[in-house]
Amino acid sequence: MFLAASLTGPDIPWSHLLPLLILLGSTCALLLLGSLVPTWPRIGNVVVTMTAAIASIIASIVDWNHLYWHKGDTFIADAIAIDRFSVFATIVICVAVAGSALLMSAYLSRTDSEGPELYALFMTAAIGAIVMVSANDLIVLFLGLETLSLSLYLMAASNRRREESQEAGLKYFVLGGFASAFLLYGIALVYGGAGKTSISGINTSLATYVSLHNTDGMLLVGIGLLMVGLAFKVSAAPFQVWTPDVYEGAPTPVTAFMASAGKVAAFAAMLRILTVALGSRADDWRPVVWALAILTVFVGSTMAVVQTNVKRMLSYSSISHAGFILVGVEAAGHMKGNGLNSSMTYLAIYTVLVLGSFAIVLALSGVNDSDTTLDDFKGLAKRRPALALAFSVLLFAQAGVPFTAGFVAKFGVIKSAVEVNSYAIAIAAMVAAVIGAYLYLRIVVSMWMEEPTSSDEIVVAAPVRWVIGLSVAATLIIGIFPGVLLNAAELVRFAPR
Amino acid sequence: MHLSTLIANESATAAHHASFPILSALILVPVLGAVLVAVMSNRRPEWVKLTATLFAVGTGGMSIWLLSSFKSHEAGFQFVSQHEWISAWGISWHLGIDGISLFLVVLTGILFPLVILGVDPHHDEKRYLAWLLLLEAGVMGSFLSLDLFLFFIFFEIVLVPMYFLIGGWGYDKRIYAATKFFLYTMLGSAFMLVGIIATAALARHDIGYFTFDLVKIAEHASFATNTARWLFLSFAIAFAVKVPLFPFHTWLPDAHTQAPTGGSVILAGVLLKMGTYGFLRFGLYLFPAAAVWAKPAFLTLATIGIIYGAIAATMQTDLKRLVAYSSVAHLGFIVLGTFAITSQALTGSVMQMVNHGISTGALFLMVGMIYERRHTRAIAELKGIQAVAPIFAAAFMVVMLSSIGVPGLNGFAGEFLILIGSFETARWWTVVAATGVILAALYLLWAYQRVFHGEPDEANSSFPELKAREGALLLVFIALIAFTGLYPKPMLSRIEPSVDKLIAHVEGHSSYKAPVAHNHPAETTTHEGGE
Repeated sequence: MFLAASLTGPDIPWSHLLPLLILLGSTCALLLLGSLVPTWPRIGNVVVTMTAAIASIIASIVDWNHLYWHKGDTFIADAIAIDRFSVFATIVICVAVAGSALLMSAYLSRTDSEGPELYALFMTAAIGAIVMVSANDLIVLFLGLETLSLSLYLMAASNRRREESQEAGLKYFVLGGFASAFLLYGIALVYGGAGKTSISGINTSLATYVSLHNTDGMLLVGIGLLMVGLAFKVSAAPFQVWTPDVYEGAPTPVTAFMASAGKVAAFAAMLRILTVALGSRADDWRPVVWALAILTVFVGSTMAVVQTNVKRMLSYSSISHAGFILVGVEAAGHMKGNGLNSSMTYLAIYTVLVLGSFAIVLALSGVNDSDTTLDDFKGLAKRRPALALAFSVLLFAQAGVPFTAGFVAKFGVIKSAVEVNSYAIAIAAMVAAVIGAYLYLRIVVSMWMEEPTSSDEIVVAAPVRWVIGLSVAATLIIGIFPGVLLNAAELVRFAPR
Repeated sequence: MHLSTLIANESATAAHHASFPILSALILVPVLGAVLVAVMSNRRPEWVKLTATLFAVGTGGMSIWLLSSFKSHEAGFQFVSQHEWISAWGISWHLGIDGISLFLVVLTGILFPLVILGVDPHHDEKRYLAWLLLLEAGVMGSFLSLDLFLFFIFFEIVLVPMYFLIGGWGYDKRIYAATKFFLYTMLGSAFMLVGIIATAALARHDIGYFTFDLVKIAEHASFATNTARWLFLSFAIAFAVKVPLFPFHTWLPDAHTQAPTGGSVILAGVLLKMGTYGFLRFGLYLFPAAAVWAKPAFLTLATIGIIYGAIAATMQTDLKRLVAYSSVAHLGFIVLGTFAITSQALTGSVMQMVNHGISTGALFLMVGMIYERRHTRAIAELKGIQAVAPIFAAAFMVVMLSSIGVPGLNGFAGEFLILIGSFETARWWTVVAATGVILAALYLLWAYQRVFHGEPDEANSSFPELKAREGALLLVFIALIAFTGLYPKPMLSRIEPSVDKLIAHVEGHSSYKAPVAHNHPAETTTHEGGE
C-alpha cells in the first residue's frame, strides 16, 4: 500500500495508443493462432492483418478528429507525442500495411509458402514505424527504429529460393546496423550537448541555455552523426547505395512496404528531430539538408536512366522522390511556410504511388518473383492493356504530370520551397524531375510501343488487382480534387512544447 | 479604390454565370469523348470513329457558336466562368476568352474534326482517337485558362497525348522524336512552374491573399524590377521552347517529321501557338515592364529564327522536314510582331498564329498525302506530279502561296501587318526579317518546282489524283485561306480591341509608349487584300 502510493506510474493515454495496441494484439493473436490451431486457414492471415490495419486507421481517424480541436500533447513521461503529425503519419503507415499485406497474400499463394510469420512481421514493423513517428524521446525513437529495421531485415531475406533475397537481407542488415550505430552515437552526443534525450526537452534546453560552454562542438558533431543515420534510413545520396540492391532483392511486397512505410517513418523521425529538437539550430542543419536534397534528386534520376530492371528503376526513382521530400524538409527548416505539411502530403501520395507500382511489378514478376526486367514489360499494352494503362498512370504520376496525385505532391514541395525563397533547390529539383521523367518514359515506351517478348497469359490475382485499382483511383482523384488531402495535411502540426 | 470597377466586373461575371458554361464545355466535351471512345468496344470500329467525330464536331460547333456570339467591340474577357477548385492553394477554375484567344480556340475547334475525318491512322484507331480528343481538351484548356496554375496543368498535360501520338503512330524514329519532344518541353516548363509559384507568392503582398488568378495578379500586383525580369524569363523559357524560338528549336524538326500526319497538323496548327499565345498572355500581360526590357533579345532571336529557319528549310531533302523548318521561320515572324508591341504588329501576330495553323496544317496534310501515295517524302524521288495530278498540284500551289504570303491570301494579311507594325519600333530587325519573306518564296517555290514540275518518271507517273474525301478536306482549308485573305476585317475587328487593351496595359505598367497608329490596320489590309 505504501509502495502503491509512492510509485505512481505515468499516465498512459490508452485511447491514443489504440493503433499500437491493435497491431500488437493482432501480431500476438496471429502467431498464436497460426501455431496452435492446426486448421488455421491461409486466408486467416491476411484477414487478421487487414482487419488490424483498417481498425488502426479508424482509431487514428477518430483520434484525428479529437485532435482537430486540440493540438496534441506528450504522454507517458514525455516519451510519446500524440499530435496531428503522428496521427497523420500513422494513417499513412497503416495504409501501407494494408496494401502490402494484400500483395503479400498474392505473393505467398504463388510461391506456395503461406504462413503467418511475414504478416506478423509487417505488423511489428508497423509498430516500430508508429513508435518512430510519435516518439518524443530519442531513445524511444531509436527503439522504434530498431523494431522496424529488424522486421525489415528478416522480411527482405525471407525468399529462401532466391539468392538475391538473401543478399538483400544481409546487405541491409550490415549497412542498416552501421547506420543505427551512427544514429545512436549522434543521440549520445546530442545528449551531451543538450543534457536531455527528450525531443521537446532538447528544444527547450537549446532555446534556454544560449551558450553552453564547450558543448557546442559536441552538439554539432552529434547533429552531424544523427543526419548520417537519418539520411541512410531515408536513402538520401550519398547514403543511398544499399537501396537498389535491397529493393531489387527483397520480395516485391516487402519492397513496397519498405519504400512506403519505411520511408514515411524515417522521414517523420527526421522531421521531428530536426524541426522540433534542433529547431533552434536550423541554420546549422539546413545547409546539409539542402546539399543532400540536390545530390539525391540528381543521383536518383540520373542513375535510374541506365537501369534495365524495372524494380531497380523504381528503387532509383524512390531515391529521387526522397530528394523531393528533402526539398520539403529544407523548406520546413526555415521555420515558416508549409515545408512540414508539403512533405507529409508528398509522403502520403508517394505511398499510394509506390504501392500501386510495385503491385504491377508483382503482377508480372512470375513464380520466382524475378521477372522484372524491362524486357518483361515489353508489349504489355498488347497483352494486358488495362494493366499497361494503370502502370502508365502511376508512372506519369511519379513523373509529376498534372491531373495525377504525383503532380500535387511535387507542386506542394516546390511551392513550400519557393515560399521561403529557396529558389535554387526548387529549380534543381524540377530539372532533375525532367531527367527522371526519361526513366518513366522508357518503361512506357516498352509497354506501349514495343512488341511482346512472350505470349504467356498474365494472371493477376484478385488482391493485387484491388491494390492496383485503388491506387490508380486514388492517384486520379487526388490529382483532380486534392482539396481534402491538402486541407488535412494543412492541419498537420507538432504537439505544442 | 477599385470599387466601381470591381462591382462592374462582378455584375458582368454574374450575367455570364447565368448562361450555359460554354468554355468549360469546350474542355469537358472532348474529355468525355475521349473517355467514351476509350471504353467503347472495338468490335464495331466505325461506331468508335463516329463517336469521336461527333464529339469533335460538337466541340467545333460550340467554338463557332462562340465566334458568332462574341461581342466584337468588347476588349475584356467574355464568357467568364469562375469556380472554386483547390482553395487551399488559391486555385480556381477560371476561364475566359478575348480577341487574342478567340480565334485560336476556333482554330482548335475546326482543326480537330478535320484531322479526325481526313487522316487515317492505319492501326489502333480507337486509341488514336482517344488521344486526339484528350489532346484537344488540353489545347482548349491552355487557351481558355485565366489562372496560372490551370494554364500550367493544361500546358503540361498536352505533352502526354502528343507523346503517345508521335510514339505510337509516327514513322521510323518516332520513339526518339517523341521522347525528345516530351523531355525538351518538360524542361522548359520546369522553370515556368517555379516561376508561377514565385509569381503567386510574391503577388500575395499586393493582393493580400494567395492566388494564382491571372487577372488579379496582372492588374493588382507590382513586382520589383529585377524580380519581374527573372519571373518573366522563367515563363519565357517555357514559351521559347514551345514556339520554338531559335536556339530552342531542335526538337521541332524531329517531332514534326516523325509524327503521323494528324499529329503534325495539330502540332503545327495549334500546339506551337501555345508558346506564342503564352508570350502575349503570360509575358506581356503579366510582366509588361520586363517584356519591354527583354524586347531587343527576343526580337533578335526571332529574326535569327526567321533567317535560320528559311536557310535550313532550303537545304532540306525531306519535304516534311522542309515544312517543319518553315514553321521555325514563320513562328519567328509571330514573335517579332509580339515583341514589337504596336497595335498593328500584335494584331498581325495574333492573326498570323491562326494563318500559320491553317496553311502549315494544310501543307502537312498534303505532304502526308504524298507519303501515302509514294511512301517517300524525299524531294529527290518526287518529280512531275503536276502532270499526273493537276488538281492536287493546284491545291498544293494555293496553300504554298498562302504560306509564302502572297497578297489576296491569308498569309499576306498577317505578315504585312507584322512588318509594318514592327517597322516603327524595331526598324532594323524588321528590315532583316523582311528578307525572310523572300527566302520563304525561294525554298517553297524551289521545292514546288522539284516535286511538281518536269516529266514524271516511272515511279511518279501513277501518282493518284486527289480523292473526293481529300478534296473536300482541302477545300475547307482553301476556303479559310481565301476568306481570311480577301476579307480579314471581321477577324481584325475582334482581335484589335483586345490587343489595344493589352498595349494600354503595357504602357500603364512600364515606361514604354507605343507609337500611335497612322492607319487603321483593318482598313489598310482590306485595301491591300482587295487589290
